[in-house]
Parts: sequence; C-alpha cells; structure tokens
Amino acid sequence: MKPIRTPLAANEPYRLPPPLFDARCKACWFSVGLVALVVASFWSLDLQWSAFLSWEAGRSMARFAGEFFPPDLSAAFIRKVGAASIETLAMSALGTLLAGFFGLLLALPASRTHEDDPARARAPTRVLLNALRAVPELVWAALLLISAGLGPLAGTLALALHTTGVLGRLFAEAIENAPSGPAAALRTQGVGPVRVLLYATLPQVLPQLISYALYRWENNIRAAAILGVVGAGGLGQLLSFHMGLFQMGKTATVLCAMLLLVAAVDALSYAIRRYCSVR
Amino acid sequence: MKLPMNAALPARDPAWLGRVFWIGAALVLLWPMLVATEFRPWILFSAESRGPTWRFLAAFVPPAMDVDFLALVARETWRTVAIATTGITLALVIAVPATLMSTRVLSVSAVSGRMAPVPAMLRQVLRWVLVLLRSIPELVWALVFVRVVGLGPTAGVLAIALTYGGMLGKVYGDILESSDDHATHNLLANGGGRLQAFAYGLLPQNAAELTSYTIYRWECAIRSSVVLGFVGAGGLGQQLDNSTKMFAGGEVATMLLVFVALVALADRTSGWLRRALA
Repeated sequence: MKPIRTPLAANEPYRLPPPLFDARCKACWFSVGLVALVVASFWSLDLQWSAFLSWEAGRSMARFAGEFFPPDLSAAFIRKVGAASIETLAMSALGTLLAGFFGLLLALPASRTHEDDPARARAPTRVLLNALRAVPELVWAALLLISAGLGPLAGTLALALHTTGVLGRLFAEAIENAPSGPAAALRTQGVGPVRVLLYATLPQVLPQLISYALYRWENNIRAAAILGVVGAGGLGQLLSFHMGLFQMGKTATVLCAMLLLVAAVDALSYAIRRYCSVR
Repeated sequence: MKLPMNAALPARDPAWLGRVFWIGAALVLLWPMLVATEFRPWILFSAESRGPTWRFLAAFVPPAMDVDFLALVARETWRTVAIATTGITLALVIAVPATLMSTRVLSVSAVSGRMAPVPAMLRQVLRWVLVLLRSIPELVWALVFVRVVGLGPTAGVLAIALTYGGMLGKVYGDILESSDDHATHNLLANGGGRLQAFAYGLLPQNAAELTSYTIYRWECAIRSSVVLGFVGAGGLGQQLDNSTKMFAGGEVATMLLVFVALVALADRTSGWLRRALA
C-alpha cells in the first residue's frame, strides 16, 4: 500500500509566525513603553471612580443636568449675553488680526528665502516663536492680568501672543516653501529685498497666509469663549460667574451662545475660504 | 534695457477704487472691535501697572531652584502627562466603538443599494453626539465635573476623555470613509462580519494614519491638561495659577520653562513617531 502523501501547499510552506516580542524590534519596545505609560498614569492618579460611578454621583449628575433647564431667556439677560458674545467675537478677530501682522513681521527674519541668504536671525526668531506658541492662551491671559487688569484687553493680547507664535511659524514655512523662481529673477536684476518680497514672494504665498489666519480665527473663537474663566472678558467670564453662583439656567444660556457663536464663525470662515479658493 | 514707454500704461493703479473702498471698510469694521475689546494698550505702560509688572518680571530671575520646589514641579509635571494619557485612553474607549458604529463603509445593508433607514438614523444620531461632545470646550466640561466629582485630576481626565472622544471619533470616521472601500465592500458582500471587514479591509490601509492622528491628539491633550489645572483639575496648571496669584515670579519662571520644555518634548516625540509611521 502506498503511503498517503500530504499535498504540498501551493504557496510558501507553513512557517511559524514571528515571535511576539523581539529585543531588536523597535515597535515591540514602543508598545511595551506605551502600555507602561498608560498603566503608570492610571495607577499614579488617585482617580475617584467610586465617587463618579456610584449611584449617588449619578443622581447628583442628573440633578445637575436637570438644573440647566429651563435656560434663562429673559430679555435683559439675553442682551447681556449678546454683548458678551460681541466682545468675544471682537477679541478673537482683533487677536487674530494682531497675530497676523506680528506673525508676518517675525516670519520674515525667521525664513531663509534663498541659498545665499545668511539668515542670521533665523534661529533666535524661531526660538522666540516656539516659546510664544508653547504657552497656551489661557496661561498668557493669567500672566497678562497682572499688567493689563481684568477685562477683554488681557484676553485679546493673550490670543495675539499665542497666535503670533503659531502663525509666525506657519508663515515662515510658507515663505520658505514658495517657488523661488520669481524672487530669483528679480534678485539677479538687482532688485532690493523689500521689493522682492512685495512683488515676488508675498503675492505667491498670500492666499495660503490668509487661509492659515482664517483657520486660526476658528480656533481663537473657541479659545476666546473660555478665556474669561480666568477673568479675561467675554462669554467665559459670564459662564464662570454664573456657574460659581450655581445659576444653572443662566449658565445654560451662555453655553448655548458659545455653541452658536462657534458654529457661526466656522460657517463664515468656511464660506470665505470657499470664496477665496473658487476665484 | 529700458521698458518701451510708449505702451499704454495706465496713469494710476487701476484697482485704486477697490483698494480704497476695502481699506475704508476695514477701518469702519475695526473701530467697533477696538471699542468692544477696550483696546487701550497704553494701560500696560501706565504708572499704576508698570510697578507690579516690573516687580513680577524682576522676580523671574533667578527662577526658583530649591530642591523641594523642583520635586513638587516634577511631581506635578508627571501628573499633567498622566492626566493627558489617561484622558486619551478613555477617549479611545469612547471613540473606537462610536467609529465602528457610525462608519458608513461598514454598513451591511449599504452593500446592496441604499442603507436601511434605521441604521442610517442611528449613524446620524451618533455623529451628532460626537459633534456635541467636541464642540463644548474641555474647560467647560472640566468646570462641570469639578462641581460633580470635586477638585482633582478626575475632573480633568473626564473632561479630556469626553472632548477628545468626540474629536477622535469624528476624525476616525472621516479617515475611514475617505479611504478605498473596495476590500471592505468585497468582504461584506461575501458574508464577512463587520468586525472582520474592519480588521482585514479597513484597518490595514489606515492604521498608520489613525495612529499618527492619535499621537498628535495626545500632544494636544498635554497642552490641554495644563490649561485644565487653572480650574482646579490638578497638575502643572494649578501650581502655575497658585504661584501667579501669589506674585511668586521665580516659581512662575521655573514652571514656564518646564512647561515649554514639556511641550517641546511632546512635540519632538510625536513628530518622531509620526515620521516613523509614515
């Protein structure tokens, strides 16, 4: 009787899967590190799950949410919220405008426009931009309260400082990545750096700069809405004030105003960008 | 070489009228904004503001460097990172199921023709929930949770989890739906389950992008968790708030330096990881 031979597989013969952990595998070490980080985080924070997941907490949460209804819709309060919304809108717009101006001013020394450009100020300006960017708006606002006092001025300047860092860096990248042909053509003709910027570089990158600035405006309206929590004006100030007094109906109105404002700015900015890109 | 001057060059800028109009319109718009924000920057240099500002800034040098304080800062820095990491982990717990349920590509009824009305509605409702979660700023969530669970990191973790859960869920959905759905479609049409179609059809082509976005959000969460400290959610932000209120310039300087270094480190790590994935 002939022995039955197992048919050979048409593809590669059976092979063991690679071992789950290999000391030379970077992804394995990374995964181990990640798991360790997550476990250590959960372990080191004294999270009060019992306080949050208990029946008692659920009830107080439900009561808390229930107090939001009905929102306070009296004419006097609506007028107050409207004024605060306009203040928030103005803070975000002015902050972004200032940031666009100073961002461009700082982006010029922070960019190397051609190969022979020594760009000595590039490294120090980038350090400055990174420092401006690394500190969040709310921290800037808290620091600025000391010299600008309570009110929307501190908030506006805080938005401007942080956004200058963000936009300056984006603008510098845009200027460095612009096609170098037109600028080189002007430069070989002996045209000075200011006119090269005005007639070659800037017209090329301007649409991109505007689009970046509009995108940051969308972010800033969100930031401006909450800056008031530390006392820097706008809707946030109203929110923390009424929440502090447990007037939940008024808090609900302010929250609705925030959501509406953010949605409106998003829509407006989207429309402007559509309009700019269609043309 | 000179330009031929006989060409009919306009005597003045042809866009002159438009430019003047838009500059005028911008100024008219700018004025109420300046009024509404009480924009009087000279206040910064007025006599009564110069004194405290100068004293505060002068206290920045030298930064506070005593051992006790540095140990405190190190502990709070770790708490900041831990709050961000825990928050992102819980955000994934929200985002992953929400994505699986709301992705249109993974609909069995949509394999042949239109999606059935009930699943379509379910998906739409889920999307709205995600939009609501992420459009309330994390600071507001934190204010709410501080009222419910009290001061401490729990409020911060929950705030990050909810906001980032909404963001991740939305973007994961967008990434999955903009990818090539050929393989997924085939798997579903031949009787594969939804999870199988996800694991063998969608995940392989999108894993790098999904991971890279998650890492980017982790970096953002570290920044958020500092900010959340200002409303009492623990970590570096809370210490920074305390020191600012006590006008302790040296301590503020140290913490700002640590904070900038932390953000730079997270930035580097995230950039390195994302390049490795690309």
